[in-house]
Amino acid sequence: MTLLAVERIKLLSTRSPWWCMGLAILLSVGFSALLAWVYKPAQGPFTVESTQRGYTFGLVVIMTMAVLSITTEYRFNTVKTLFLAVPRRSAALLAKAGVVAGLAFVIGELVAIGSYLACLRLRPEADLRLTGGDQWRAVLGMGVVYALSAILALAVGLLLRQTSAAVSVVLIWSLLAERLVSLVPTWGVKIQPWMPITAADRFLTMGIGPDPKGEWLPYDPWTALAYFAGVCAALFAVSLLVANWRDA
Amino acid sequence: MIEAIGLTKRYGRTLAVDDLSFVVEPGKVTGFLGPNGAGKSTTMRMILGLDRPSSGRALLGGRRYRDLKHPLRTVGTLLDAKWIHPHRSARSHLKWLARSNDLPMDRVGQVLDAVGLSEVASHRVGGFSLGMSQRLGIAAALLGDPELLMFDEPVNGLDPEGILWIRKFMKKLATQGRTVFVSSHMLSEMALTAENLVVIGKGRLIAQCTTSEFIRQSAHASVLVRSPQLAELHGKLEAEGYTVKSEEDSDGRSLRITTLDSAPIGELAAKSGIVLHQLTTQRASLEEAFMELTRDTVTFSGSTKGTQA
Repeated sequence: MTLLAVERIKLLSTRSPWWCMGLAILLSVGFSALLAWVYKPAQGPFTVESTQRGYTFGLVVIMTMAVLSITTEYRFNTVKTLFLAVPRRSAALLAKAGVVAGLAFVIGELVAIGSYLACLRLRPEADLRLTGGDQWRAVLGMGVVYALSAILALAVGLLLRQTSAAVSVVLIWSLLAERLVSLVPTWGVKIQPWMPITAADRFLTMGIGPDPKGEWLPYDPWTALAYFAGVCAALFAVSLLVANWRDA
Repeated sequence: MIEAIGLTKRYGRTLAVDDLSFVVEPGKVTGFLGPNGAGKSTTMRMILGLDRPSSGRALLGGRRYRDLKHPLRTVGTLLDAKWIHPHRSARSHLKWLARSNDLPMDRVGQVLDAVGLSEVASHRVGGFSLGMSQRLGIAAALLGDPELLMFDEPVNGLDPEGILWIRKFMKKLATQGRTVFVSSHMLSEMALTAENLVVIGKGRLIAQCTTSEFIRQSAHASVLVRSPQLAELHGKLEAEGYTVKSEEDSDGRSLRITTLDSAPIGELAAKSGIVLHQLTTQRASLEEAFMELTRDTVTFSGSTKGTQA
């Protein structure tokens, strides 16, 4: 508990996390609202899933915040001050992951609820009732996806230590690499569902999203989430081992 | 007490610290002396568990740093005053440190008072001068009221006022019975503050002794004589059993006699009716003594010869 409080003081006593969190909500809700505003019936039905189309913007911002939460520590050498105060590095870094993931969860939920309410306002004629598990998952599952993604980004930051390198990797991976995989002939389509961020997206959209045309989906939503969580946990565990072994 | 036992750090092929063992005694200021690049900071980082030793270990009061539950209560450190997030205020920096070691929050105000930073406590650290950052670093070191204190080059880059303040502060800490281990590349600085010395060069131990012993052993005194009758004086002195060396200098010739005392030389000259133009006792500076000892171990040596002080 003490270490969580420490990381909370540290993260929130600088300005950039506040900017990131505000920006994440603004961008995601704004973009979801924009898509609802320009929506034409010819595009197909406007569903609960349609209200969440802007979530990637906020996700990318929150992942950047998670990267920064550790790379700025390396840049300003405060990580050494941290390890002097808390020599059990895994405990210190787990606390950091806890705080970053917690904030990401809250932002994710705010993004989802904000987007949903904005679209409800803009498309009163659409059927946006939260009738079943699929609909609830598409909205309230957002916090979990944000939290796990933040841990994934934190692990990358911890491994690379450098802001520019880590942010590039996180952005290129989540925005480009995973999508380009499907272009690989024959097995690309089979591998894409197993890309972590894609799996997280499927967890949110399966059941109500657009039909994955010819896409082979090897899991149900909750398996997709468990798989994504497993990847995040595994990479974070590796980054902890490396951080313990390397010089601070 | 701080013990280093066979500490070794290897970066690829370079051996930064080579089988270094020493003991820092409690209740005293011990200077950790060595030229730049000798491995002082690396050694301190290994003692504090920041860097992993290639072999060997370091113990603080018999325990490894990593095994200390609340390390700030045992060891206070100032390795680099700039290891602080520039956008954080002095107070919030100390707050998270205090929180991390379960220290009462009123300690924050106390240490800020002790180093005279209360007025700027809510300012962002990024705007602090080096002297102010250094004070904040010392405040952080004192937060847990620790028995042991480690400072890495605390006076480096400070103005005279700052140097004086740090010097006084370290002495005060030692008179309170704390163990202070402070590194420096300047012997003159250590001569003023440290009682004991651990001297290293190229990562190896050169000496561990008291400061006065180190200076006595390494600083040679001599007497410089200038006279129009040098040859005559030379003979007389050697007959008396002095070690005499002829020296060429800018004004002509002079003699250097290795002894501590100029009086018997003056008397001998008077007795023999030799005119003296100059008779001076010269003591090698501490820096020269230090260079003499570490000459073979300086990592980045230039070709400049030591100039006479």
